[in-house]
This record gives sequence, C-alpha cells and structure tokens, in this order.
Amino acid sequence: MAGYFLRRLLDAIPTVLLVLTLVFIAMRILPGDPAIAALGDFATPEQLAAFRAKMGLDAPLWQQYFNFLWGVFTLDFGRSLMNNRPVLDLILYNLPFTIELTLMSVMFGVLAGVPLGVLAARHRNKAPDNAVRVFSLIGYAIPDFYLGALLLITFSLNLGWFPINGGGEGFADRIYHLILPALTLAFIKAAFLGRLTRTSLLEVLGRDYVRTAWAKGARENRVVYRHGLRNALLPLTTGLGLSTLAALSGSVAVELVFNRPGIGKLLISAIAERDYAVIQGGVVVFAMFVVLINLLMDLVYVIVDPRIQVK
Amino acid sequence: MMKGNVLEIRDLHVEFGPKDRAIQVLNGVSFDIPQGGAVGLVGESGSGKSVTSLATMRLIPSPPGRVTKGTITFNGTDLLALPLGKMPDIRGRDIAMIFQEPMSSLNPVMKIGDQIGEAIMLHENIDRRARRAKVIEMLKLVGIPNPEGRLDSYPHQFSGGMRQRVMIAMALLCRPKLLIADEPTTALDVTIQAQVLELMKDIRARLGTAILLISHDLGVVADLCDSVVVMYAGHVVEIGATEEIFDTPRHPYTRGLLASIPRLHGGEERLFQIPGSVPVPGTIKKGCPFYSRCGMRIDRCRTEMPPMFDFDGSQRAACWVTAAEAHAHVKEPAQ
Repeated sequence: MAGYFLRRLLDAIPTVLLVLTLVFIAMRILPGDPAIAALGDFATPEQLAAFRAKMGLDAPLWQQYFNFLWGVFTLDFGRSLMNNRPVLDLILYNLPFTIELTLMSVMFGVLAGVPLGVLAARHRNKAPDNAVRVFSLIGYAIPDFYLGALLLITFSLNLGWFPINGGGEGFADRIYHLILPALTLAFIKAAFLGRLTRTSLLEVLGRDYVRTAWAKGARENRVVYRHGLRNALLPLTTGLGLSTLAALSGSVAVELVFNRPGIGKLLISAIAERDYAVIQGGVVVFAMFVVLINLLMDLVYVIVDPRIQVK
Repeated sequence: MMKGNVLEIRDLHVEFGPKDRAIQVLNGVSFDIPQGGAVGLVGESGSGKSVTSLATMRLIPSPPGRVTKGTITFNGTDLLALPLGKMPDIRGRDIAMIFQEPMSSLNPVMKIGDQIGEAIMLHENIDRRARRAKVIEMLKLVGIPNPEGRLDSYPHQFSGGMRQRVMIAMALLCRPKLLIADEPTTALDVTIQAQVLELMKDIRARLGTAILLISHDLGVVADLCDSVVVMYAGHVVEIGATEEIFDTPRHPYTRGLLASIPRLHGGEERLFQIPGSVPVPGTIKKGCPFYSRCGMRIDRCRTEMPPMFDFDGSQRAACWVTAAEAHAHVKEPAQ
C-alpha cells in the first residue's frame, strides 16, 4: 500500500511539471508589463529596468523558467509586487481558509446529496423522486455567486443570524463564518451528488447480487445500504473528486461574495493588480490541489473496491 | 394442500406492464413439489420458468410485474396471501434460491465469509464464532478446499464453479426445505457442471432438501429430478415422472425438445430443431400456444386450449391429438 502510494506520487511528477510549465507560459503571454503594472505609467525607463533586474525579469526566458521551477521546488514564490511580502506568507495565511471552505462544503454536499439520492432511488418516479429532481435542477441552474448573495442578504443582513464577512478568529468563530459560504458551495454539490447517487444506486439495485441479497431474506434497508449503496459508492468516489475540484473553483466567487480570506480572493485581487508573483503562486497552489485530490481519489478507489489489485 | 407436498402452485397467473395493456406471462401454472423431491422445470427461454420461481419467492420486480391470480402454498401457507413484510422471514430460511450467473450473483465488495454468514445472521440469533463455524462447515460440505483460508476472500478471487459452490453453501446454510435452482449449471464448464450436479444430488440425499431445478437442458434434469414440468409460453404443457417423460413424451413440444438433444451416435443427419420460436408473450389469445409451431396440429387446436389430460401413470399433457390417440381423459376438472 505504501509502495503503491509512493508510485502514484512519482507518477504525479510529470503532471506537476507540465502544470508548472503551463503556468509559466501563461504568465509570460498575458498582456501587460509587470514592471509598468507595479511602478505605474509614469516610471522612468531606468526605474523599470532596475525593477526588472531586481525581479529577475531581464534574464533570458529559459533562465526565468528554471528560476521559477527552482523557486517552486524550494517553496520560494518570490515577493508580492504590490506590498513586497513573501508570496509564500500570503499563501500560507490564505490557504487554511480555502481548505476549510472546501472541506466543509464537500461535507455538506455529501450529507445532503447522498441521502437525497437514496430517497429518490427508493421512490423512483414517485413524489420524492420528483422533488429531488426539481431540487437538483435548481441546484444546477443557480450560479454560486448569486446564491451566496441571496443567503447573505437573507440570513446575515436581514435576519442577522450569521456574520456578514470575514473569515473569523478561533475555531468556533471560524466555523460560524464558514456556514453560509459552505452552504452556498454545497448546494450544487448536493444537486450533483444526489443525481449521481440516484443513478448509480438504481443501476446497482438491478444487479444480480442484489437479487441474491433479497433471496437470502434481507430486508429493504439492508439491501439498499449494505448491498446497494456500498457498491454504488464506487462511481460516487469519482463524483466526489470532481465535486471537490469544483468546490475549489467555486471558492473563488464565494470568497469574493462573502469577503472572506482565501486563495481565490488572493488570486482575484492579484489579477486586478497584475501582481504576477502572487498570481503565479496562487495558480501553482490550485494546480497542486488538483493533483493531490486526484491522487487521493486513486487511493480511495483501492480502499473501496477490493477488485483493484495493489501490486 | 396434499399431504407430503412442500410446495403447491395452483393456477398461477402473472402479467407484466401497465394494467390497461398488460402482457400475460404466466397463464395458469400448476404443479407440486413433494417433500424432499426434485422437480425439473424445463422449457425454452421465455417460457416463464424463471418468472414462476421468482413468483414463489415473491421477487417479481414490481412494477412492472404482478401476480393476478392463483395460489402458491408452501407447507400449508399461501405465500401470495402473506403480507410482503413477512417474506424476508421465509426467503433464505425456508426457501432458498441460487441463480444462473455465479459470476454476478455475489456482491463484489463483500467478503465471501460475510456474504454466506449473512444468510444465517438474518434468520437466527447467533454469535460471530458460531456463525463462522457454520460457514466453514457448509463450505466444506460444498467442497471448497481450505475453507478457513477462503473466508476473507472476495468473489473475484474464485472461479465460476467455486462461486456457484459458494452460492449453494449460502443457500443451504439455514437448511431450507426447498431449494430453487434457476439454471445453476448453465454458465459453467461441462466438467464443473457435472460436479455441481453431483453436489446437489448429494445435498438432497444428505439434507433432504426439496429441489426445484429450472433448466432448458433436459440432460441435467434427467440426471437430478424425479419428475419434470414442461412449460411453454406461460403454460404447463406436460407433467410426469422423469422416465415417463423421456420414454413416452405426450406433448409435441416435449417431443421436439427431446428430439433436439444431440446424441453421440446419432449419425450425420441434421440435428432436429423445433421450427419457429417461442411466441412473444401476450400474442396468443386463444387456442393452444404451441399451435403455430406444431407438426401435429388439427383445427381444434387453433380455437380451443386443450386441458391437461391424464395419461398412464402420473403423466399429464395438454394436447388434443395425443390425448385422442392414447384415449386419455381429464380425470379432474382443469383448474
């Protein structure tokens, strides 16, 4: 098992390199000059040249590329062009907020989506199934920034039940600040996972081994949960991975709406200010997240499906 | 209920599809299984064999299927009159079932020991150790080598024949009075097929379990069963002791089935096949269901459904022509 994990980790290296290369290229072909962005339109050519020299932007492209790779490797993402703080510090400060938002929203999504899917599958084509279908359609259709604003207006501004913005201080306060943003992101997840659970469970409930379970004398709950859902979880694992990745991209908008710290918000303000070093660092973090989640999915497969051989 | 019968099916009607345009799949199926007896249920695909067995377990998927008429009496209780919530107590404990596809009939993510043990856990209050001992004993009985070492294996680590043995072990764990085996050997190699049949014979002798063997393979039925029920298009067309059916088949369909068994010394002529195919359920409204494929048909067959005539011995068959030839009559009114 440990060997398998190590091998998957090594397999991820080319992916990571490719991602880093793409980030590097994207940053170079983006319109706008970072030096002008940092120093303003009225900077003298000497000032610009000095800035470029300081940031290593005057070196040949290949050298910049290797500097960049080395920087990532040593966790040195440079300094923000705006406030001169190390990018790593900015990332380390913001990352926990994004992680907790992602985890919480995935948890809400699973807790709501899977039971809804089971409910729909057990009452196929009856009222509960239709209700879940409508819920899913709404969940798919409503953009997260809009839903976030609605929740914010209703529960924070009008009812005053939840804080209006920020990330919170201390454990309980942070959870408190998390609830509305996490619910916002969880909505589409519940819709997606609900549909996926329903489809997957219905497919599994028609299988021969489910008939065997009935023939043994198992009652409905046991058939559905022990034999049905356990097998339906296999495709759900993929859905969960996709859903977690979607939570990451969704966090960008939600962090803005709720004005809470996070990598998404960091990225957005960096892009607005053409803070190349921060953009680069933020994108690298996001990319690493994606690679990591895919890696985790591979591991979860091995755990949930005994047929996958680990050699 | 006749004394000595573990199962009596009477006039069983099953239909599928929406009520206003339902398709009749079983049209009055009746037969008995004696205590400890072995009955073969034969017929081509689509004749209603599996639906009959699923109806007995009350496992017909509903919707779209439903039993519209008839009784299934098991040890004096009409199963069809029981509330559905009582059926799990009977399934697995009194009536067990094994299926055609050993490859897909076991839960792929559950250990073999747990799957077999579940059968007894559902019906008896029994602790883990005793359960484990019973599972091992049963695995030994069905001929799985090193059963202790296989409890933690998953189904994909077993061959097809071994999986069918596992299915049989699971079915027999609670010592059911009736074992329904739906094409248990069809998906297996011929040598494995023989082993599984031997196993079923052996179990019947040792445990006294009655067996309903569903098969389209008359050879398999002849090997294991005392009597045979021949089904065609949702009707029982012939019933009798195995030797009677094989020696003097009375229904043209049974004759066709027997004639289409390949024989080792059968010469080089083309193997007989019954012309045409089983009618689509619901397309036959009147007359004998075999009319369109029958080589002996007379006009009466087209309009009038023959009753089950009583021939010599225990044999009964639904055919106007052969009944007239053999001077057979209907002893009791057709149900």
